[in-house]
Amino acid sequence: MFGKSVLKRIDWLSIFIYISLVTIGWVNIYSSTFSEANPSIFNFGTLHGKQLFFVGACFVAIIIIMALEANFYERFSSLLYVISMVSLLGLFLFGKTVAGATSWYDLGFFNLQPSEFAKVATALALAKYLSDIQTDIKRRKDQLVALGIILLPAILIIPQPDPGSSLVFFALIFVVFREGLPLYYLIIGLLAILVFIATLMFGTIWVGIALGLIIVLFYLLKKKQFKVPIFSLISVVVVTILFSLSVDFVFNNVFEQRHRDRFSLWLRLEKDPNKLEQIRKTIGYNTYQSEKAIESGGFFGKGFLEGTRTKGNFVPEQHSDYIFSTVGEEWGFVGTVTIVLLFTLLLLRLVYLAERQKTAFPRMYGYGVISVLFIHYFINIGMVIGILPTVGIPLPFISYGGSGLLFFTVLLFIFLKLDSNRLKEDI
Amino acid sequence: MKKVLLSSIILIIGITFIGRLSYLQIFSFSADQVLEDPAIKAIYDYPERGYIYDRNGKLLVGNDPAYDVMVIPREVKPLDTLEFCSLIGLDKETFLKKLKRARVYSPRLPSVLVPQLSKEDYGRLQEKMRHYQGFYIQKRSLRYYDTKSAANVLGYISEVNDGDLAQNPYYIQGELKGRTGVEKTYEDTLRGKKGVQYIQKDRFNRDIGPYKDGTLDTPPEQGKEISITIDKDLQEYGELLMNGKRGGIVAIEPSSGEILSMISGPTYDPSLLVGRQRSKNYTELYYDSIANPTWDRSILAEPSPGSPFKTLNALIALQEGVMTPDSKVRCYNGFYVGKAKKRCHCGGGIRDMNSGIYKSCNAYFAQTFRNIFNKFETTDEGMDVWEKHMRSFGLGDYLGSDLHTGRPGRIPNKAFYDRWYGDNRWASSTIISNSIGQGEVATTPIQLANMTAAIANRGHYFTPHIIKKIDGKDITIPKFTELRQTTIDRKHFEPIVQGMADVYNKGTAKWVRIPDIEIAGKTGTVENFIIIDSVRTQLTDHSVFVAFAPVIKPKIAIAIYIENGYYGSRYAGHIASLMIEKYIKGEITRKDLEKRMLEKTLEHEYAKPLSGEEFKINEYVW
Repeated sequence: MFGKSVLKRIDWLSIFIYISLVTIGWVNIYSSTFSEANPSIFNFGTLHGKQLFFVGACFVAIIIIMALEANFYERFSSLLYVISMVSLLGLFLFGKTVAGATSWYDLGFFNLQPSEFAKVATALALAKYLSDIQTDIKRRKDQLVALGIILLPAILIIPQPDPGSSLVFFALIFVVFREGLPLYYLIIGLLAILVFIATLMFGTIWVGIALGLIIVLFYLLKKKQFKVPIFSLISVVVVTILFSLSVDFVFNNVFEQRHRDRFSLWLRLEKDPNKLEQIRKTIGYNTYQSEKAIESGGFFGKGFLEGTRTKGNFVPEQHSDYIFSTVGEEWGFVGTVTIVLLFTLLLLRLVYLAERQKTAFPRMYGYGVISVLFIHYFINIGMVIGILPTVGIPLPFISYGGSGLLFFTVLLFIFLKLDSNRLKEDI
Repeated sequence: MKKVLLSSIILIIGITFIGRLSYLQIFSFSADQVLEDPAIKAIYDYPERGYIYDRNGKLLVGNDPAYDVMVIPREVKPLDTLEFCSLIGLDKETFLKKLKRARVYSPRLPSVLVPQLSKEDYGRLQEKMRHYQGFYIQKRSLRYYDTKSAANVLGYISEVNDGDLAQNPYYIQGELKGRTGVEKTYEDTLRGKKGVQYIQKDRFNRDIGPYKDGTLDTPPEQGKEISITIDKDLQEYGELLMNGKRGGIVAIEPSSGEILSMISGPTYDPSLLVGRQRSKNYTELYYDSIANPTWDRSILAEPSPGSPFKTLNALIALQEGVMTPDSKVRCYNGFYVGKAKKRCHCGGGIRDMNSGIYKSCNAYFAQTFRNIFNKFETTDEGMDVWEKHMRSFGLGDYLGSDLHTGRPGRIPNKAFYDRWYGDNRWASSTIISNSIGQGEVATTPIQLANMTAAIANRGHYFTPHIIKKIDGKDITIPKFTELRQTTIDRKHFEPIVQGMADVYNKGTAKWVRIPDIEIAGKTGTVENFIIIDSVRTQLTDHSVFVAFAPVIKPKIAIAIYIENGYYGSRYAGHIASLMIEKYIKGEITRKDLEKRMLEKTLEHEYAKPLSGEEFKINEYVW
């Protein structure tokens, strides 16, 4: 049904990395759900058995994606977006609640998570909108529309509640940056995060002092070269200090204790060893256990099925969100770095593929794919190794989860299909 | 910029991740030790501690099962509290308090509810226990003593402390360890080796199977039984004789160096340090600083030896050729050091070596001592030779026995006196008190007994030891089976032995002869002082006696030291005589003597220095 051309033109390096990651993922799911009583691989009653079923489903999905016309995706992206938004809305009526979050449709033999589907649809819709000949990203109105496309699913997902998944959509902002959104939005955003963290760690007074010093230094150094806009500088200081004060206020008065604990855990704010111990046993339990499991793996790891902490289920959710700690314990530094390198390589390869597109839509969709994969990879591993706060999102291709794996695959292979088609478009 | 933005971020994040991972997995990596891994539980299987028998195969220490009532709070179902409480002998409040404490400790792990049930309680409880879910009875093993004696020899076991844990990685919290006596010296033998089984746990502390299929597990190694050289009957008898007296008795078999009995008075029942009352009893014993029952006088007390020491000075004089058995010395009811006269109780007149010994003449041995030193040009040389001979009898240093503790005693040397008096500022006359076993020499009772054994053997001895058999097999420890030669030739011993035999025949101990048994002995009466309110005060003399019997082919050598017992022939001599008869004949023919020793106490003497009043010493109260 598809000739030699597709097989020849498709990017085999990406596929190779994809297969490696899925394989690594499945092996580790097997290990973290392994029980002596039930070592069989092909058993759909076990989690690794189910995952194997979905690997098969992915293969079918890949064939379908490859068989469809390349311009199908561009043409139907708006429709897919609308369908996915409706499916998100439908959760309010027909959703199935698992672990406190109404994020699933019960399809009998498995649960479908529409937010996964929404990631694909939103990436497509955003690419479609931005690549429209009439869209000019320098225009404020178009910026707002692009932002709207991104924010709509995020807002629909928040009340499930699934803050992790809704966070993912914000990553699509990278697509807009790539297409010309001024970078100072990004810089202001990063500075705001910096001030936020600094306020929590050192307090508003130190933030004010540091900022004042920087401004004075800047003024002294540059006043000979050009006329420094003193008024603007002062207003920057005022705004920053106000922001810092409001962070302080919100943190202490609006946040609940569990939120505060999360931040104090993340930023290592708590120094009292007793309270630290308390945090480790309560909200910090997952992070502490996963760090310990990774640490205990050492350079070469304890070996496949030899991870004592994995076997003892010391890390909760180890087969899904915390799968990386299994890798750390059983395969050691060698295993964890392999995964980091595979992801880095895959993402850079996809950037390269996106950049070589001749037309706007596949490039923008490519960036969407990269953004979504990257944010998952970044937040998940960052959380498991203890440098980011706890946010429950899976590690693409590796974590257990059928619909997750399926839609990450769909997300990636639509792009690979578009890429394989790029020369045809030329003709 | 916009084209490389995302790539740069991807790279930066990748590098950050690898940095963090190297920090976790390379820099802060510490391999999960099997015992520290929270996912692995070690279950220990403790072997029974080895039994201890005496030299004739009589049981001294065995094990007694003890039963603890355990509770796993999580599994406790509602129960008839009152009935249960009356069964285990607790009132309701205590029971509920203990249950709460167990729950606080851990709802999943077992805690001890009632420790060490008596056998009777166990019998009653055992049948009904299954009605009460969450409770069970755990069997433990406690030391059981088949004697009320030999507490100092056997020692006791107690829970390991932090020091033990740091020193020896074998032990873990809550295990028992020999603390003193044989229990300490032969700890490794008696203890055996605990078996271990590693279990993989999950985070709720539930067992989920063996760790590494049990390949690291080890079976327990049984503790070995040992036999010690103590004669149970003699030991028990000696302790009876020590009633109300402080001091030490050590009896040794000269032909092997085996310690037949080792008695310290006052002593205590070893069973006091087992069971529920243990810590209360221990505190009482430990803080009794007046009678000091935990201080083993038989191996730790270091008084001056007194007159028995004269025999060694005589031997050295013979060996160095400065005296013969026939050398005569006149006693002027004392002797002169310069112009000062030192008194002697022998009665005065001409003494040869034989009568010097049996009459215990101070003048004779003062001359002997001088002659030894006069042989050499300098006092230093004489001192070195004298010290060498003395040390060859095992004096002035640790004996190297297998007892858990000991003291070296003291044989003074030239360095000692140089420090004391100054270089070249002393001579044999300065230190003349050593000739009669007073002055600076000090010996423990076991050293005295060993010295006596060396005389009994006519010139050699075996390092005293307490172990006889391990696991039913005689010991072959070279240290204890190899003969140690003194520096005195065999031929010089006969006159001394004869002198000591005459101590019984016609000398200071003729009142305590035993019919049919030829004994050689030597009395000693040791002056002693203590400090009372910073005044050096003399107390009633210590009574000392050494003896061996029979004279030909000796079976027992014994040293006895009774604090403030006055004349050597009195308490020490009597006890020596009874002990020897008991050991050799197995029964006592002189019942009146025995009765006197069993009943007479020295408490009135021990009360004197504590009374705070003036008191007389060396009174004739008999």
